[in-house]
Amino acid sequence: MSTQIPQQTDESGETETEPEAASKGEERRAEKRRRAAQERERRQAEEAEKAAADEETVELKVFRYDPEIEGKQEPRFDTFHVPFTKGMTVLDALMYSRDTYDSSLTFRHSCRQAVCGSDAMFVNGGQKLACKTQISDLEQPVRVEPLPHADVRKDLVVDMEHFYEQMEAVEPYFQTNEYPDGELEEQRQTRENREKVKMSTRCIWCSACMSSCNIAAGDNEYLGPAAINKAYRFAMDEREGEEIKQKRLEIIEQEHGVWRCQTQFSCTEVCPKDIPLTEHIQELKREAVKNNLKFW
Amino acid sequence: MYEHDVIVVGAGGAGLRAAIAAQEAGADVAMVSKLHPVRSHTGAAEGGINAALRDADSWEDHAYDTMKGSDYLGDAPAVEALCKESPEEVIRLEHWGMPFSREDDGRVSQRPFGGLSFPRTTYAGAETGHQMLHTMYEQVVKRGITVYDEWHVMDLAVTDEDDPADRTCHGVVGYDIQTGEVSGFRANNGVILATGGMGQVFDHTTNAVANTGDGVAMAYRAGVPMEDMEFIQFHPTTLPSTGVLISEGVRGEGGILYNSEGERFMFEHGYANNDGELASRDVVSRAELTEVNEGRGIEDEYVHLDMRHLGEERILDRLENILHLAEDFEGADGLTEPMPVKPGQHYAMGGIETNEHGETVIDGLYAAGECACASVHGANRLGGNALPELIVFGKRAGRHAAGEDMGEAEIETGRSGEWEPADYEFEVEVGETGGRGPAAADGGAVATDADGVLAAAVDRASERVETLLARSGRNHAEIRSKVQKTMTDNVNVFREEPGLKETLFDLREAREEYKDVAVSDPSRTFNTDLIHTMETRNILDIAEALTMGALARREFRGAHWRKENQIRDDENWLKHTLVSWNDGEPELWYKPVILEGENKVYEPKNRSY
Repeated sequence: MSTQIPQQTDESGETETEPEAASKGEERRAEKRRRAAQERERRQAEEAEKAAADEETVELKVFRYDPEIEGKQEPRFDTFHVPFTKGMTVLDALMYSRDTYDSSLTFRHSCRQAVCGSDAMFVNGGQKLACKTQISDLEQPVRVEPLPHADVRKDLVVDMEHFYEQMEAVEPYFQTNEYPDGELEEQRQTRENREKVKMSTRCIWCSACMSSCNIAAGDNEYLGPAAINKAYRFAMDEREGEEIKQKRLEIIEQEHGVWRCQTQFSCTEVCPKDIPLTEHIQELKREAVKNNLKFW
Repeated sequence: MYEHDVIVVGAGGAGLRAAIAAQEAGADVAMVSKLHPVRSHTGAAEGGINAALRDADSWEDHAYDTMKGSDYLGDAPAVEALCKESPEEVIRLEHWGMPFSREDDGRVSQRPFGGLSFPRTTYAGAETGHQMLHTMYEQVVKRGITVYDEWHVMDLAVTDEDDPADRTCHGVVGYDIQTGEVSGFRANNGVILATGGMGQVFDHTTNAVANTGDGVAMAYRAGVPMEDMEFIQFHPTTLPSTGVLISEGVRGEGGILYNSEGERFMFEHGYANNDGELASRDVVSRAELTEVNEGRGIEDEYVHLDMRHLGEERILDRLENILHLAEDFEGADGLTEPMPVKPGQHYAMGGIETNEHGETVIDGLYAAGECACASVHGANRLGGNALPELIVFGKRAGRHAAGEDMGEAEIETGRSGEWEPADYEFEVEVGETGGRGPAAADGGAVATDADGVLAAAVDRASERVETLLARSGRNHAEIRSKVQKTMTDNVNVFREEPGLKETLFDLREAREEYKDVAVSDPSRTFNTDLIHTMETRNILDIAEALTMGALARREFRGAHWRKENQIRDDENWLKHTLVSWNDGEPELWYKPVILEGENKVYEPKNRSY
């Protein structure tokens, strides 16, 4: 399998102060949107050009490996040619290949709309959700590999256990001691506070961020961006209260917690839900400092 | 072999809620699911959860709207349970930390939805299902409930008795997708099926690829009747190329539908002069397709949904997710252009027949959520009523399975109450897919004690796996696509007799082909070829039951439109359709609908919006 690590050099740097981080994050997202808009225009122009031409095909190079099957025990790439249709995604092309050419081609997928998080893969050298990656956005041949930094079970399926364990390590559930009187009374939450945690609650556990993180690659115990983001989701929720927030900060401030992050932004870059993961990690570092917790 | 008090099959909204409730009632619970819980399709629900939370609203009004929406095919005891208990369930979710959208005073927001007389739909942006799924999974983690994820449940372990009402369910047979191990899961108290939708019966659906109706088909083959299978909801706003759902929340917030002439056709062509875009889903779906069929569609396929006038701020606040979906999957920017939409399969109103406690006719077997039919949605489900169904009936099934006394149910299951046989003769032979040896419900060898039943079921399943892996034959994918195509061609929004008959014939052919199905991937590791092959049988069985119901019901009610019968016929059809699997073939019969609620009778009225 590939052990390539995408290098994110442009954004790396020392721990940043909040306003910079926020504005940089904004800029980056704006840039991402601009790029997406440009891409779309390009795609449409291309589409129009190709409409006149005959049937086109997409060339996929797909990683294959199965520890059990002779002939697949040595990793290899198989090539599939798939007739291109408008709007075709990497997942569509994989499904076509599987259903038409080789029914043993194995990958996880379910919702096809970027919410179940099961089809994160390494496409042309980047972590992507196969279902929301348009073929027309990619250089050909399209190279599809399992997520780096995870054990490969078979073809494009990786072992997710470690990722799940890290997610569960941050006590990923709401905790509070105070509820309003009356059975049918909800807790009050300000609109501002909901806005603050909103992005963090969008995580779909696809593990693209974990796979892209150099630090996680070198430190198996590092909680990783997704788990820290999960902690952020609760620590910043005003309904949980100060005492519990303190406890949360202690969890993320442990040796393999937030201080391992070197703000390389690769997690933020690959997140299919545009969660500003690096910013959330930085914000938790700041909260930890404010709470006089210890540095590692 | 694994052993627990309660086994929950499926880990979406209903399964998670059932597991939590059973655990709170003192049971040792395990969930067995072919997907990891956070991958469940509940996560794709967008719009919201209906609950009468405000003083100006009441559960009675919610119940009235639901009965009317159901076209009077909902059973009042189930509908009233839903509407009475959804407020406390929504507040419980809030107490578990669910990030609902908020009003200025910090309270949970509510918005208007189709067919509702009060804006009672609570929501979290346009990602309500995602937030609900994750919030409940968090509670499962907190409680340390055992989850066997990536286990495909193949079958139920049910005793051999002639009458389904005498049968007992002792557990399930699971197939570990990661390792290929086949194992029994013994349930000392009960098995709860919470396997969700069956959208993969159709080829244009909002449902996930995993939604192959496994629980429905398993219960069906074990002898539980399937109720009202012909009632399939087609959602009026799905993206044409993929079937991805565009929430009713868009119309709830004021989104407008236009045809190719730029007309606001819901009003201009008189489909719903009062409610327009917010008429119920069956009405809007038919309106859109009528526009397309009469030449006023765009590219002869779809219509436009426009939300630009709502303004960027409101869209970002309440419908941000929709912008991403339209952009990623259709290349449309909802802020600057209208979005293309057309109807797509969305929800199955019918399913495993249960009473209002989630019990089926088989002792120890429960069902909740979309796979079940309690029946709260009747002939048409109102938007925002699926998520409360998951939590209310998930909770009820969980408690009951854990042994809580919930009193006698008012809804009778099986043929215990008033029922009548159907007089419909099908021209083609139905039933029997092959690929399975003598089964409990099919009159096989007699096993009555729990261990014996489980061991027999495991043997049968193992043999099936071995056979499928060893032989060569047809690929499941061609059979599956044949089923999906004929269903979409003929059992769609508009239905007519010749087409329905043709589908039944096509399904017969597909069944014959399925007898030769084989798995070409020989691996024991993550063999999705095998899983899809087993799912395809489920799809076949469900498609057939659905089509039989659609052919038999000669009236127009809710989502079920029949060309030959353009009126709702209360005199003859105020009753549920049931299909039972008896000795390898399906049998059709009916039972009356219950319109009598706690304090009132819901008299059928004309449904106008």
